[in-house]
Order: sequence, then C-alpha cells, then structure tokens
Amino acid sequence: MLLKDEVGMLQRVPLFSGIEPAKLKLLAFTSDRVNYSAGQILFRQGDEADAAYVILSGRADILVDSDSGPIKVAELLPNSIVGEIAILCNSSRTATVRAASDLEALRIRKDHFLRLMKEFPEMTIEILRVLADRLSHTTADLIDARNG
Amino acid sequence: MEPSLARYIWKHTRKQQIWILMIVLLSMIPYFMSFDLPKLIVNGPIQGKGFEQPGATLPFMRLHYNLPFIGEVQFFSGFQLDRTETLLALSLVFLLLVVINGLFKLYINTYKGRLGERMLRRIRFDLIDRVLRFPPTYFKRVKSAEVATMVKDEVEPLGGFIGDAFLQPVLLGGQALTAMLFIMVQNVWLGMIAFVIVAIQIVLIPRMRRRLLVLGRQRQLTARALSGRVGEIVDGIGAVHVHDTSNYERADIAARLGLIFKIRFDLYQWKFMVKFLNNFLAQLTPFLFYMIGGYLVIAGRLDVGQLVAVIGAYKDLPGPMKELIDWDQDRQDVQVKYQQVVEQFSAEDIIAPSIGALTIDDPGRMTNPLAAIGLSIADDGGAMLLNRISMQVQPGETVALVSTATGGAEALAEAFARLNWPESGKVASGADDLLELPEAVTGRRMSYASSDVFLFQASLRDNLLYGLKHAPLTSVTYDGAAADQQRWNIDEARRSGNPDLDIHSDWIDYASAGATGPHDLFEAVRRVLDAVLLSRDILDLGLRSSADLTRHTKLAGRIVELRAALRTRLEQEGLRELVVPFEPGAYNMEATIGQNLLFGAAAGPELADKALAANPYFASVLKQAGLDRRLYEMGMEIAEQAIELFADLPPDHQFFQQLAFMSAEEIPAYETLLQRLKNRPYETVSEADRAMIITLSFAYIEPRHRFGLLSDELMSKIVAARNQFYENLPPELQNAIERYDPAKYNAAATVMDNVLFGRVGNNHPDAPDRIRSIVYDILDELGLYAELLDVGLDFNVGAGGRRLTGGQRQKLDVARALLKRPDFLILNRPLSALDQRIQDKVLRNVLEQAERDDHSPAIVWVVTSPAMAMMFDRVIVFDSGQLVEDGTHETLLAENGIFKELLS
Repeated sequence: MLLKDEVGMLQRVPLFSGIEPAKLKLLAFTSDRVNYSAGQILFRQGDEADAAYVILSGRADILVDSDSGPIKVAELLPNSIVGEIAILCNSSRTATVRAASDLEALRIRKDHFLRLMKEFPEMTIEILRVLADRLSHTTADLIDARNG
Repeated sequence: MEPSLARYIWKHTRKQQIWILMIVLLSMIPYFMSFDLPKLIVNGPIQGKGFEQPGATLPFMRLHYNLPFIGEVQFFSGFQLDRTETLLALSLVFLLLVVINGLFKLYINTYKGRLGERMLRRIRFDLIDRVLRFPPTYFKRVKSAEVATMVKDEVEPLGGFIGDAFLQPVLLGGQALTAMLFIMVQNVWLGMIAFVIVAIQIVLIPRMRRRLLVLGRQRQLTARALSGRVGEIVDGIGAVHVHDTSNYERADIAARLGLIFKIRFDLYQWKFMVKFLNNFLAQLTPFLFYMIGGYLVIAGRLDVGQLVAVIGAYKDLPGPMKELIDWDQDRQDVQVKYQQVVEQFSAEDIIAPSIGALTIDDPGRMTNPLAAIGLSIADDGGAMLLNRISMQVQPGETVALVSTATGGAEALAEAFARLNWPESGKVASGADDLLELPEAVTGRRMSYASSDVFLFQASLRDNLLYGLKHAPLTSVTYDGAAADQQRWNIDEARRSGNPDLDIHSDWIDYASAGATGPHDLFEAVRRVLDAVLLSRDILDLGLRSSADLTRHTKLAGRIVELRAALRTRLEQEGLRELVVPFEPGAYNMEATIGQNLLFGAAAGPELADKALAANPYFASVLKQAGLDRRLYEMGMEIAEQAIELFADLPPDHQFFQQLAFMSAEEIPAYETLLQRLKNRPYETVSEADRAMIITLSFAYIEPRHRFGLLSDELMSKIVAARNQFYENLPPELQNAIERYDPAKYNAAATVMDNVLFGRVGNNHPDAPDRIRSIVYDILDELGLYAELLDVGLDFNVGAGGRRLTGGQRQKLDVARALLKRPDFLILNRPLSALDQRIQDKVLRNVLEQAERDDHSPAIVWVVTSPAMAMMFDRVIVFDSGQLVEDGTHETLLAENGIFKELLS
C-alpha cells in the first residue's frame, strides 16, 4: 500500500475525514507503517501510551483484563483508529489490542500527533467535533441505560 | 625551582657551556687563518712576489719556529712548488679552511641547539612534575588552559636562548673590548669619545628597554589569560548556549584581543624607537671622529694616518656592541618569562617527591583502621565543613555516611581520599598520618569514586584500567632499530633530567585486580562491569561500533557461524521476516537504493554518503547500466514529494527527523533547483545538478517511504549495476569500499551489521529490541559475549568522557575503584546521576561482591538517600559539620534522632 492509498484510508477514518489531504499525507508520511501477524500484541493494558494506530487491513481484538482472564470487548476493522484517547489524555492503555489476523496498521506517534494538532487548528477542531460527538452519544447511551 | 634563569642554566649546563666556549675559541684559529690567506694568494702566486725568476720555487708548508732559548728550529723543510703549483696549493688550503670553518659552525650550532632543546625539555618536565605535586587547593585557583600555555608556549623562547646564554657575552664582549682597546692605542682622546658613546649606549638603552620588559610581561599575562578564557569557553560551551551569552563571550574576547593588540603595538613602537636611538648613537661616533678628529688634523695636533686608523678600527665596534645589546634584551626577556612562569609554579605545601616515588613492589595491605582525629576541614571561604570530627573505620567494615544538606560527610570522604587537606587535626591510618603515606600505598590499597568523575580521552578499557597503572612492571626487550631508538630515548631522557620509565612497558597491575595476566584480567573486568550494571551499555556500544580485527579475531573467524545461528534462531521463533538478509544477487527491499547499489560498507570518504553520487566512476557505472536517467527522474519525484510535504514546516520541526532525503536547511536549495530543472530535458542538466538530484534517490526505502517508485525491473537493473560496479572497480577505490560477502567479516561495518548481514524490517516497531536481545543470546551461546564486551571497551569516551552519559561515567568510575580490590573503598555519592532503584541495585552488587571476595574491603559510602543505609554494618550521621549519630541501623532507628527524621 502506498502513501497515497494510506491518505485515502485515513480520509475514511471519521476522526480525520474533515482534514485536507495534504495534511493527511504529512501525517501518513511521518507515521510508521507496521505489520503484525495474527496473535501479536499491538499494546498491552497498563502500558504507557506512545502512539495511536489506524488499521489499514486485517482485524484486531480489543481485550480487557478480568479475574477470569482477558475478555474481548470489541473488534477493530479496517479504517478504524485505536489508542487515540490515551495519547490525548496522557493516560496509560485501558485495554490490550491483539491482531486477530495478519494486520497492517499505521502507527501515529504521540508527539507527532500532538504536534500536528498544535500546528493545524482546523484539524484540532475536527478532532474535537468527533470527540464531542462521541461524548454526546455516550451520554445518550447512558441516559438510555438508566431509563431502560 | 631556581628563581634566576642564569643560575638555573648554569646549574644544569655548566660543563656543556664551558665545552662549547672552548670549541668556539678553537674555531677562531682557522677563522683568522682564512682572513690572512687571500692576501697570500694575491701577493704570492698571482702578483708573482717571490717568483720573479722563471722556474723559481718556494717552499710550501715549511714548519719553522723561533723558540726562546733554542733559536730557530725547523720541523719540516716543506715542498718546493713553482708559481702555478703554489697557486693551486694555496687555493686548496683556502678551500680546506672554508670546509673546516663550516664544520665548526655546524658543530657549534648543532651543539647549542641541542643544549637548548634539552634544557627546554628539562624545564617543561620540571613544571609538569610540579603540577603533579601541587596541593589540591592550587587547582581551585588556576585554569588548566593557562597552565598548558605556560608549559608549552611561554618557556619556548628559553630553548633558543640557552645555547647563547654564556657564550655570546664572552665572545661579543671580547670582540668589543679588543676593538675599543685598538682605538685607544691609536689615539687616547678619540678613544675616549668612542668610550663615552658606548657608555651612554650601555646605560641608556637598557633603561629604555625597561618599559619593553614591562610591556613584555603584560603581553605574557594577557595572552595567558586569553588562553584561559578560550579554554573556559570550550569547557563551558553548554552554559554559553543555554544562557544566550555567546555575544557576551564575543565581547569579552574582543576586549581582550584589543588589549593584547594595544600592548603589542606599544611594544613595537618602543622597540623600534630604541632601535632608532641605538643606531643613531652608533652613527654619532664616526660623526664626532670626522668633526673633532678632522679639526685636530687641521689644527695639526693629530696626523691623518692615526685618524684613518681610528676610523678603520671603529668599524669593528658597532657590530659586536649591537649584538651584545640584543643579547641583553633577549636575556631580560627570557628572564622575565622564566620568572613569571616560576612564580606561577611556586606553591606552599608542595607534595614531597617521596610521596609520589615510583614503587614497583606491592606495598602490602592496609591492616590498620582508617581514622579521623580531631579533623576540621574548611572550604575556600573559611567556613567549616567539618568541625573536630573523630571517628574510626575498621578494616572490613561497611559504613554508610548519612548527611544533612550541610552535614559535611562529603568533605570527610574527600579527606580520606586526600583530596581535601585538613585545616586542623589529621586523617590517619593506624599511627601514620595519611598525608605522609606514599601514594603507592594510598593509591593502591585505597579507592575513591565520587559523583564528579574525570575520564581521559581514551578508550573505555584504558579508562577502566587506569587505576591499575602505577608502575612499569615488565621490561620490554627491543630488537634492531627499535633497540637503538630505546637506548637513545633513555640516554636523552637522563640528559634532560627526565625519568626513563618506559611508557610501552606493561603498567597494568594484574595482581591487584585479582588476575595473573592479560589473559584472565577480562574476568575481573567483566565482574566489576556487571556489578555496576554497565555491561549492557558496553555491549550496545560494541554492537554499534566496528571491531578492530587485529584484536578481535574470534569475532571475524566465527562470523559465518554467527550469521547462521541468527537465521536458525529467527526461523525457530517465527521471526524470519524481521530481518531481510543481504544476498549478492538480490535486491534488499529494506535497504536504501544506495545500499543496494553499493552492496558494501564505505571504508573511506570517497563513496560515503553525499560523495557517492558525485563520484565519477560511480556515475559512469550508473550510466552504463542505464540507471542515471531513471534515478534522476526518481530523485525529481522524491524532491517534489518532499517539498510538498515539508516546505511549510519551520526548519526546526521534529518531523524533519523522518525525512531521510534532505535536511531542513537543504529544502530551499532543492526548491529552487526543482523549479529550475522542471521540464528541462535530462541531457541539458549539468553533472553537478544531476548528482544533487540522484543523491535523493539513494536514501529511498520503498516500505518505509511508500512513494511507489520501485519496480521489479528497476530492482534487477540495480542488482546488475552492483555487479558492474565491482567488476571494474579502479584501484584508487579498492580501499574505499568493502563489499558484503556472506562468508566474510566486513571490517568497515559495525558488529551489529555484520551479525545481521541484512536489514531489520521497517514495518516491525519492536524489531530492533527483539533482534538485539536475540543477538546477545546467540553471542553468549557461542561464547562470544566476552569478545563483544571487549569490542565495546574499545569505544573512545571523548574529551572528559563526554561521549558517555553522566550515569555511565559514574558507573565507570565506581567500576574503576572496584577493579583494584582496595582495602578501603571510599565512595562519595558515587551514582548521583542514576535513579534510586539503580543506585540500590549497584549498592547491593558492590556489597555482595565485597563479601564474596576473600578480600572484603572496608566500604565507606556517602549515601544519597538515608534509606540506603540499611544495608551497611554501621551508620554515621553528620549534621552541620558535626558527627551526631553513630551506630547500627537498628540502634539509630531506636534512638529517634536525626537519622529517623531524615528517613521519614
């Protein structure tokens, strides 16, 4: 997959969809393309968060530790981003991500991500919009859950 | 040292000075003979005096003398030679005298030069010897660069003067006196005139030169201060940049240079002024002769012949006089320089030579307790760091010194290390004052490491073993020319009062490290490196550096085995895709295009980095392979992409680290280049521009940069070009590149590259770490771990050890202290640059190792955190320069005193 294809993939990630392609290209270029085979761990719960990952191809499982061993809580498909919350709020990883098949991903380093946000406010606003959107969804879900 | 230079010279070169004087006097004989000879030749054979009759002969080389009481004695009646033969014979004698005079001159000059150089060597050595014996306080006052400039530059002119120190005044004085006497004999009054003028010269000129001397002294001091400042700027360059004070430094240096300029210019003005006056006085005498003498002649009180004779005789006076005055100037000049230097090198409490005397034999263990008796230590300002402390450390005991911020435990540790001398009281080993023990005892049986580490600019190994180099332990045998050279070295060293210790001898005291020789020293080294947790760092350094194959033969010999082991291991662990191996006939996707083309490691500057594309041979290979145009187009594409991506970013942006093709500074240049070359046919682009563009393609790695510029066809062309490149490699490039060979060690590449023999995949973020630990495993399995550690020990630590981190330097210092297995190990906050966890670990290792050894030293450790004290036999607490608590950890805890307070 070439840089320009990656830009296309990034555009399909909601978080980045409103950002102009030239910036996405820079983001893609400065990110590392990483490959994992099935079963390999991208990061572990409790690790220090140093990067976010955009899945380019393949699938990954999100696992949370419990007393009875890891529980799968969600699955990641291509065009999804994972780990972005932890790098934004400086916390450690809240879950483990494991490749469920052969996996290609774009690894966006924390310092690069933050630097881009600082440099291109339009991108920050776009990200804020997505996060706010998510928050309102979550709140709505919560209200639903309470009422239900 | 002698305060007077003349006395210093006389003391050390008396015999030589007398000898050279004799030789000079002897040389006068042929010198004066050669004056007389031209007259003989012209009058005799040329003008024919004595050869009036045709066929007349005269005796040649007849030796006959009129001896008192005996009358005329003839030793040799001489050869009878005719006119032509006499001419030939006399001319030959003239030639002979020329040769003899020349040889005398040669001998005298060489002798004087050598005498001067020997004295210079002696003075320099004496100065350094003093530096080695100064008390610790001295070094708080002087700047190292100033000392260096004194030893190197300021005594330099002394060498030139020493050969003439006594010779010149004797000779010139003699000549001047003779000329003076001759004038006196001709006419007393005219003689008196000459004498008066000379007297004025002798009195006035040196007086005027006093100012020159003052200026000379100022010049010396300002120049010295300048080198001190330059040294400070270099040492403190970090502080300069951190505080944006570079312009302050510029101003300071400019002011100093201005002052130096002024002094030097003043010096010139005075010098030429004095010269002018001197010349004027010398010329005044003939003027007086002509005027007064002429008047006397006209008045009939002096006859013409006398006047002409006086003027003739006077010709011989100004020359020697001038030289004599110049000599005196030189003398005063060097005397001032010498005094200046000697003053700087005088200190009270200089350490007696016996303290640092060379001791070959092992001094035996220190079995007495180490004690402070009524010890007080003051800092430079006079404040008391320690106030009348008395305590004892028993052999084998481990003691933690815990200190409040103003406690003074550090001063105590420094006193034990003799780095801080007592204000009153003393530090003693048994009944002996520690300061009076020879360093051969304290430097071998005691060890000291602190947070303030000094490393020499040498390899890690040299720095580590430095603490073992007390004395030359082996005598090296030399053969042939080397033996002659060695004899000469020793002889010359003795003649200059230098020691003749052989630096090439093996100075390492193996026994003190618990080894028997070079072969098992490594075990001891490894043990201490493990103890201070430095082995891993050194292994990493080893992997990243290229091994010296003359020393590390094992690594090279087993490289094939190593590479195979790595492959198998990666295969077993399913990590094969982590490393893409180099194959002579295949393109390596994870390597750059440049690496794929070269397929070797650059061993010289010709084919390295940016020079590669501009190399004519390499360019011709590209052309033949039909690659030049392809790579040019690729370079253009890369330039476009890179500029599109990066042109808007500020040059210091961290993203530029990701841009392998060009640096941030080069972007504008490439931007204009791109505009200029766009849409220009390839043929019309100049060679230099082509190289600029093609260079960009060399850094390209498809999986990493993902521009989609590489095709199968291009890759196979590149592999073909690689083979072409090596087929016709011109001889001048043979040593500039070492080709990758699966069966051979590549000396130009790093150890890591050699073991990998390939490139780590760019798409595996944790690959480098995993590979490294696998490589360590394999090296250990194959028994090459020690070899790699040894490669790492070759690493040059840089000036002051600055190529290592602060933590590494401190670890190295502790390792060095441990290596000599002392009886008393003094550690003064030794690992302050490391975090507490590592400090604890090293502490535990050091204590454990001390216990394991039969040697078990006493350990005095000034701890950075009171919690560390738990691991020691005994804890001593200091507060405000007083020893406030002393006991075991438990008793102190129970006491509820300062220690408990510090702990909480």
